[in-house]
Amino acid sequence: MALTAIFFYLFSTLALASGAAVIVAKNPVHAVLFLILAFFNAAGLFILLNAEFLAMLLIIVYVGAVAVLFLFVVMMLDVDFAELRAGFIKNAPVGLLVGGVVLAELIALLGARVIAPTPASSVASPIPQGVTNTEALGQILYTKYIYFFQGAGLVLLVAMVGAIVLTLRHKEGVKRQSIAAQVARGPKTAVELVKVKPGQGL
Amino acid sequence: MSSETITLLWEYGLWLAITVGLSLLVLVGLLLCVAFLLLMDRKVWAAVQMRRGPNVVGPFGLFQSFADLLKFVFKEAVIPAGADKGVFLLAPLVTATCALAAWAVIPMNKDGWGTWVISDLNVGVLYLLAISSLGVYGVIMGGWASNSKYPFMGALRSAAQMISYEVSLGFVVITVLLIVGSLNLATVVTAQTAGIGTWLGLPSSALDWHWLPLLPMFVVFFISSLAETNRPPFDLVEAESELVAGFMVEYSSTPYLLFMLGEYVAITTMCALATILFLGGWLPPVDIWPLNAVPGIFWFAAKVVFMFFMFAMAKAMVPRYRYDQLMRLGWKVFLPLSLVMVVVVAGVLQILRSA
Repeated sequence: MALTAIFFYLFSTLALASGAAVIVAKNPVHAVLFLILAFFNAAGLFILLNAEFLAMLLIIVYVGAVAVLFLFVVMMLDVDFAELRAGFIKNAPVGLLVGGVVLAELIALLGARVIAPTPASSVASPIPQGVTNTEALGQILYTKYIYFFQGAGLVLLVAMVGAIVLTLRHKEGVKRQSIAAQVARGPKTAVELVKVKPGQGL
Repeated sequence: MSSETITLLWEYGLWLAITVGLSLLVLVGLLLCVAFLLLMDRKVWAAVQMRRGPNVVGPFGLFQSFADLLKFVFKEAVIPAGADKGVFLLAPLVTATCALAAWAVIPMNKDGWGTWVISDLNVGVLYLLAISSLGVYGVIMGGWASNSKYPFMGALRSAAQMISYEVSLGFVVITVLLIVGSLNLATVVTAQTAGIGTWLGLPSSALDWHWLPLLPMFVVFFISSLAETNRPPFDLVEAESELVAGFMVEYSSTPYLLFMLGEYVAITTMCALATILFLGGWLPPVDIWPLNAVPGIFWFAAKVVFMFFMFAMAKAMVPRYRYDQLMRLGWKVFLPLSLVMVVVVAGVLQILRSA
């Protein structure tokens, strides 16, 4: 147990420190790299909670895909640091407000658990004995919450189609490769035999 | 100290010592294997082009990789003046560490002592996918931190390419997992002792492995892993005719060595993953006496070397893809194909189980 505690403090300290570094870092690319470090430590905390499936998913989805695209965009930006500083002062009250609301909600949630532990713990489904974490998650997602799960999938599908519809533009005059047309090309369609009279040319 | 603390320390200490020892054993073995695989890559490439390949250092050039190692280590590491020093030096470390970390969950044999693996994770397949998706960070960070145009282009290309092929790779893995019903890599291998061959009444053999029922997916997996590891014909990240050396232009000496090492270890990992998912891991080709008396690690190594040979042949024979063709293949061919296969495999399994 002592080892678990050591790792808990290690991961949570690093997560908090890198979270702070995300907003303090002057270079936006460094900020994204610190964000990735924060994701990693959150995954470490998940593993300490025996939620190894969630930990791996966090790394595959957030670190492997979302943060890469994030980094991709941030690297391409031409950022004016002076303007960013000015924006920081201007947006600070809004940021503080949002942060304060989140903090209040977290305190309310934890307070509810401390004051009335029974209803809070009865909401969660306990992991059945002798079943791996992944299997337990699948069993509950595909039975009890199947409609919510499918609903979430539909929302994501609509979002994806929406993003494509918003950004897809067909430019005029762009030459595109049609592999089917290339493969279907044969002597009949590509070669023309011309009988040329001597001395006249084409 | 009380006796309780001492037993606790003894238990943790023993566990720690065993894990560290095993990790060192796997790391040293892996690095030695990679050194000779690198030589094999060059020899195969040379043989296809009717050259001799490296043949000067040691008998048949066997020590060429070690000579290269010494050469890289003793050269001066040049850091460009405009580079972001920290990120520039971190990038090769990220590549090499991620590539090596993947080997923590690769099971190499199973016998009376148990499974030969450092950590027998329940979510081994997911861990491998997670680690292989991290390889892209080394490339992106290296390309950006070099503060130079060609490396940056290479980094952007690699980011798009590796993410695209990861998607189809994930779906291919899902088809295998549907058949096995477990995310544990050792279970994936033991599930291949029974299959089409045993169904026909034959002894457990190569016909039971997943390559046969999932042949189209095996092909998709092979091509996707070529693209995922930036190997030719998909090496647009470092296409020398377009980008000089891609994201590695500004790298020299040991940082460059780490990039190369990470790349080759990642290729070996992909070969091992293909072996485990499709070629029955450490299982012998036919489960009869002289073959099943051979230790499983030999069969595992033989299959990995075979997969690596295929990688080397692809490099030697196939011309480089154009970038739009690469994207078309990933998104318009492999993704729909693997997506349909997931549905088909799930349907067939459901019918077989209810029958």
